[in-house]
Amino acid sequence: MAFTSIAAKSDSARSVGSFEALSWLFMRASAVLLLVLVLGHFVIMHVVTGVDQVNYSFVAARFATPFWRSYDLLTLLLGLAHGLNGTRIVIDDYVHSRRWRVFWMSGLYGVGLFLTIVGSLVILTFQPQA
Amino acid sequence: MLQYRGREGMWAWLLHRVTGLGVVAFLCLHILDTVLLGWGPDVYDAVVQIYHLPAVRVLEVVLAGAVLFHATNGIRIICIDFWSQGAEYQRLMLYLVAAVTAVSSVALGYLMLRPLF
Repeated sequence: MAFTSIAAKSDSARSVGSFEALSWLFMRASAVLLLVLVLGHFVIMHVVTGVDQVNYSFVAARFATPFWRSYDLLTLLLGLAHGLNGTRIVIDDYVHSRRWRVFWMSGLYGVGLFLTIVGSLVILTFQPQA
Repeated sequence: MLQYRGREGMWAWLLHRVTGLGVVAFLCLHILDTVLLGWGPDVYDAVVQIYHLPAVRVLEVVLAGAVLFHATNGIRIICIDFWSQGAEYQRLMLYLVAAVTAVSSVALGYLMLRPLF
Protein backbone atom coordinates (compact mmCIF):
# COMPACT_ATOMS: atom_id res chain seq x y z
CA MET A 1 0.00 0.00 0.00
CA ALA A 2 2.41 2.69 -1.19
CA PHE A 3 1.15 6.26 -0.92
CA THR A 4 2.56 7.08 -4.35
CA SER A 5 0.03 4.80 -5.98
CA ILE A 6 -3.07 6.61 -4.69
CA ALA A 7 -3.39 8.96 -7.68
CA ALA A 8 -2.91 6.15 -10.18
CA LYS A 9 -5.35 3.96 -8.27
CA SER A 10 -8.10 6.58 -8.15
CA ASP A 11 -7.64 7.23 -11.88
CA SER A 12 -8.18 3.61 -12.78
CA ALA A 13 -11.04 3.26 -10.30
CA ARG A 14 -12.85 6.17 -11.93
CA SER A 15 -12.56 4.96 -15.49
CA VAL A 16 -15.78 3.41 -16.77
CA GLY A 17 -15.61 -0.36 -17.09
CA SER A 18 -12.97 -0.93 -14.44
CA PHE A 19 -13.80 -3.66 -11.92
CA GLU A 20 -14.40 -1.20 -9.06
CA ALA A 21 -16.69 0.94 -11.25
CA LEU A 22 -18.72 -2.14 -12.16
CA SER A 23 -18.77 -3.18 -8.49
CA TRP A 24 -20.06 0.28 -7.52
CA LEU A 25 -22.82 0.10 -10.16
CA PHE A 26 -23.72 -3.50 -9.24
CA MET A 27 -24.21 -2.55 -5.56
CA ARG A 28 -26.74 0.12 -6.53
CA ALA A 29 -28.55 -1.91 -9.20
CA SER A 30 -28.82 -5.03 -7.01
CA ALA A 31 -29.91 -2.84 -4.07
CA VAL A 32 -33.00 -1.65 -5.98
CA LEU A 33 -34.03 -5.25 -6.74
CA LEU A 34 -33.18 -6.52 -3.25
CA LEU A 35 -35.29 -3.74 -1.75
CA VAL A 36 -38.39 -5.41 -3.23
CA LEU A 37 -37.20 -9.04 -2.99
CA VAL A 38 -35.91 -9.02 0.62
CA LEU A 39 -38.63 -6.83 2.13
CA GLY A 40 -41.20 -8.93 0.24
CA HIS A 41 -39.66 -12.15 1.59
CA PHE A 42 -39.61 -10.74 5.12
CA VAL A 43 -43.23 -9.59 5.06
CA ILE A 44 -44.44 -12.90 3.56
CA MET A 45 -42.60 -15.00 6.17
CA HIS A 46 -43.10 -12.87 9.28
CA VAL A 47 -46.35 -10.97 8.77
CA VAL A 48 -48.55 -12.63 6.12
CA THR A 49 -47.67 -16.22 7.15
CA GLY A 50 -46.21 -15.91 10.64
CA VAL A 51 -42.82 -17.45 11.34
CA ASP A 52 -44.33 -20.24 13.50
CA GLN A 53 -46.18 -21.52 10.39
CA VAL A 54 -42.92 -21.82 8.43
CA ASN A 55 -41.93 -25.51 8.43
CA TYR A 56 -41.14 -28.35 6.02
CA SER A 57 -44.67 -28.72 4.64
CA PHE A 58 -44.96 -24.93 4.13
CA VAL A 59 -41.71 -24.90 2.12
CA ALA A 60 -42.81 -27.98 0.14
CA ALA A 61 -46.09 -26.27 -0.84
CA ARG A 62 -44.25 -23.06 -1.69
CA PHE A 63 -41.61 -24.80 -3.79
CA ALA A 64 -44.33 -26.60 -5.79
CA THR A 65 -44.65 -23.34 -7.78
CA PRO A 66 -41.76 -22.43 -10.12
CA PHE A 67 -42.47 -18.74 -9.37
CA TRP A 68 -41.37 -18.99 -5.72
CA ARG A 69 -38.34 -21.12 -6.58
CA SER A 70 -37.28 -18.43 -9.07
CA TYR A 71 -38.03 -15.67 -6.55
CA ASP A 72 -35.92 -17.38 -3.88
CA LEU A 73 -33.08 -18.19 -6.29
CA LEU A 74 -32.91 -14.58 -7.51
CA THR A 75 -33.00 -13.29 -3.92
CA LEU A 76 -30.27 -15.76 -2.90
CA LEU A 77 -27.90 -14.97 -5.78
CA LEU A 78 -28.35 -11.19 -5.67
CA GLY A 79 -28.28 -11.07 -1.86
CA LEU A 80 -25.14 -13.20 -1.60
CA ALA A 81 -23.33 -11.29 -4.36
CA HIS A 82 -24.29 -7.93 -2.77
CA GLY A 83 -23.33 -9.11 0.73
CA LEU A 84 -20.07 -10.80 -0.29
CA ASN A 85 -19.01 -7.79 -2.35
CA GLY A 86 -19.76 -5.51 0.60
CA THR A 87 -17.70 -7.76 2.87
CA ARG A 88 -14.87 -7.68 0.30
CA ILE A 89 -14.88 -3.87 0.43
CA VAL A 90 -14.77 -3.90 4.26
CA ILE A 91 -11.84 -6.40 4.26
CA ASP A 92 -10.11 -4.24 1.65
CA ASP A 93 -10.45 -1.23 3.98
CA TYR A 94 -9.20 -2.77 7.21
CA VAL A 95 -6.85 -5.67 6.40
CA HIS A 96 -3.54 -4.41 5.05
CA SER A 97 -0.90 -7.07 5.67
CA ARG A 98 -0.46 -9.38 2.70
CA ARG A 99 -0.71 -12.52 4.81
CA TRP A 100 -4.01 -11.57 6.48
CA ARG A 101 -5.47 -10.35 3.18
CA VAL A 102 -4.78 -13.77 1.64
CA PHE A 103 -6.41 -15.39 4.70
CA TRP A 104 -9.58 -13.24 4.72
CA MET A 105 -10.04 -13.04 0.96
CA SER A 106 -9.61 -16.78 0.39
CA GLY A 107 -11.96 -17.42 3.33
CA LEU A 108 -14.53 -15.02 1.84
CA TYR A 109 -14.34 -16.51 -1.66
CA GLY A 110 -14.26 -20.09 -0.36
CA VAL A 111 -17.28 -19.66 1.94
CA GLY A 112 -19.05 -17.57 -0.72
CA LEU A 113 -18.60 -20.18 -3.42
CA PHE A 114 -19.70 -22.98 -1.08
CA LEU A 115 -22.87 -21.14 0.02
CA THR A 116 -23.72 -20.14 -3.57
CA ILE A 117 -23.49 -23.77 -4.71
CA VAL A 118 -25.35 -25.46 -1.82
CA GLY A 119 -27.98 -22.66 -1.65
CA SER A 120 -28.73 -22.84 -5.38
CA LEU A 121 -28.77 -26.64 -5.33
CA VAL A 122 -31.33 -26.87 -2.53
CA ILE A 123 -33.67 -24.39 -4.26
CA LEU A 124 -33.33 -26.07 -7.68
CA THR A 125 -33.35 -29.75 -6.67
CA PHE A 126 -35.66 -29.89 -3.61
CA GLN A 127 -38.17 -32.76 -3.87
CA PRO A 128 -40.60 -33.12 -0.94
CA GLN A 129 -40.46 -36.43 0.94
CA ALA A 130 -43.79 -38.17 1.41
CA MET B 1 -12.00 5.84 13.42
CA LEU B 2 -13.19 7.80 16.44
CA GLN B 3 -10.50 10.44 15.94
CA TYR B 4 -12.21 11.51 12.73
CA ARG B 5 -15.07 13.61 14.03
CA GLY B 6 -17.39 13.44 11.10
CA ARG B 7 -20.94 14.46 11.76
CA GLU B 8 -24.15 12.49 11.12
CA GLY B 9 -22.87 11.21 7.77
CA MET B 10 -20.00 9.32 9.41
CA TRP B 11 -22.36 7.50 11.77
CA ALA B 12 -24.67 6.65 8.86
CA TRP B 13 -21.67 5.22 6.98
CA LEU B 14 -20.59 3.18 10.03
CA LEU B 15 -24.09 1.90 10.75
CA HIS B 16 -24.49 0.97 7.06
CA ARG B 17 -21.37 -1.22 7.35
CA VAL B 18 -22.37 -2.79 10.67
CA THR B 19 -25.93 -3.58 9.57
CA GLY B 20 -24.65 -4.90 6.21
CA LEU B 21 -22.20 -7.27 7.90
CA GLY B 22 -24.89 -8.38 10.36
CA VAL B 23 -27.42 -9.11 7.62
CA VAL B 24 -24.87 -11.04 5.51
CA ALA B 25 -23.92 -13.09 8.60
CA PHE B 26 -27.59 -14.00 9.05
CA LEU B 27 -27.87 -14.81 5.33
CA CYS B 28 -25.03 -17.36 5.70
CA LEU B 29 -26.82 -18.97 8.65
CA HIS B 30 -30.14 -18.93 6.76
CA ILE B 31 -28.61 -20.71 3.73
CA LEU B 32 -27.25 -23.43 6.02
CA ASP B 33 -30.62 -24.00 7.73
CA THR B 34 -32.36 -24.15 4.32
CA VAL B 35 -29.87 -26.78 3.12
CA LEU B 36 -31.26 -29.01 5.92
CA LEU B 37 -34.41 -29.46 3.77
CA GLY B 38 -32.41 -32.23 2.09
CA TRP B 39 -32.33 -34.19 5.38
CA GLY B 40 -36.13 -34.45 5.45
CA PRO B 41 -39.00 -33.04 7.55
CA ASP B 42 -37.83 -34.30 10.96
CA VAL B 43 -34.40 -32.66 10.82
CA TYR B 44 -35.61 -29.45 9.13
CA ASP B 45 -38.59 -28.90 11.45
CA ALA B 46 -36.47 -29.60 14.56
CA VAL B 47 -33.98 -26.90 13.54
CA VAL B 48 -36.39 -24.19 12.31
CA GLN B 49 -38.27 -24.54 15.64
CA ILE B 50 -35.51 -22.27 16.92
CA TYR B 51 -36.94 -19.41 14.81
CA HIS B 52 -40.31 -19.87 16.56
CA LEU B 53 -38.96 -19.28 20.09
CA PRO B 54 -40.13 -15.96 21.60
CA ALA B 55 -36.58 -14.76 22.38
CA VAL B 56 -35.44 -15.53 18.82
CA ARG B 57 -38.50 -13.73 17.44
CA VAL B 58 -37.32 -10.60 19.26
CA LEU B 59 -33.93 -11.03 17.51
CA GLU B 60 -35.83 -11.30 14.21
CA VAL B 61 -37.27 -7.83 14.89
CA VAL B 62 -33.69 -6.58 15.41
CA LEU B 63 -32.83 -8.18 12.04
CA ALA B 64 -35.82 -6.40 10.48
CA GLY B 65 -34.57 -3.08 11.92
CA ALA B 66 -31.08 -3.69 10.50
CA VAL B 67 -32.50 -4.54 7.06
CA LEU B 68 -34.80 -1.48 7.14
CA PHE B 69 -31.97 0.90 8.04
CA HIS B 70 -29.64 -0.64 5.42
CA ALA B 71 -32.42 -0.45 2.79
CA THR B 72 -33.51 3.14 3.46
CA ASN B 73 -29.94 4.42 3.87
CA GLY B 74 -29.10 2.57 0.64
CA ILE B 75 -31.79 4.64 -1.12
CA ARG B 76 -30.13 7.74 0.41
CA ILE B 77 -26.72 6.68 -0.97
CA ILE B 78 -28.24 6.15 -4.44
CA CYS B 79 -29.81 9.63 -4.22
CA ILE B 80 -26.45 11.17 -3.20
CA ASP B 81 -24.75 9.46 -6.16
CA PHE B 82 -27.34 9.94 -8.91
CA TRP B 83 -29.43 13.02 -7.95
CA SER B 84 -27.73 16.29 -8.88
CA GLN B 85 -28.66 17.85 -5.53
CA GLY B 86 -28.23 14.64 -3.52
CA ALA B 87 -25.05 15.67 -1.69
CA GLU B 88 -26.68 18.98 -0.70
CA TYR B 89 -29.61 17.24 0.97
CA GLN B 90 -27.71 14.26 2.43
CA ARG B 91 -28.21 15.33 6.07
CA LEU B 92 -31.91 16.02 5.59
CA MET B 93 -32.25 12.64 3.86
CA LEU B 94 -30.51 10.99 6.82
CA TYR B 95 -33.13 12.36 9.22
CA LEU B 96 -35.74 10.99 6.84
CA VAL B 97 -33.93 7.60 6.87
CA ALA B 98 -33.92 7.64 10.70
CA ALA B 99 -37.63 8.48 10.85
CA VAL B 100 -38.66 5.87 8.27
CA THR B 101 -36.46 3.21 9.92
CA ALA B 102 -37.88 3.95 13.39
CA VAL B 103 -41.54 4.02 12.33
CA SER B 104 -41.35 0.96 10.03
CA SER B 105 -39.32 -1.07 12.58
CA VAL B 106 -41.88 -0.41 15.31
CA ALA B 107 -44.76 -1.21 12.94
CA LEU B 108 -43.16 -4.40 11.63
CA GLY B 109 -42.07 -5.40 15.14
CA TYR B 110 -45.65 -4.98 16.36
CA LEU B 111 -47.00 -7.15 13.51
CA MET B 112 -44.28 -9.79 14.08
CA LEU B 113 -44.67 -10.07 17.86
CA ARG B 114 -48.43 -9.58 18.10
CA PRO B 115 -49.20 -13.36 17.90
CA LEU B 116 -47.13 -13.88 21.08
CA PHE B 117 -49.54 -11.89 23.25
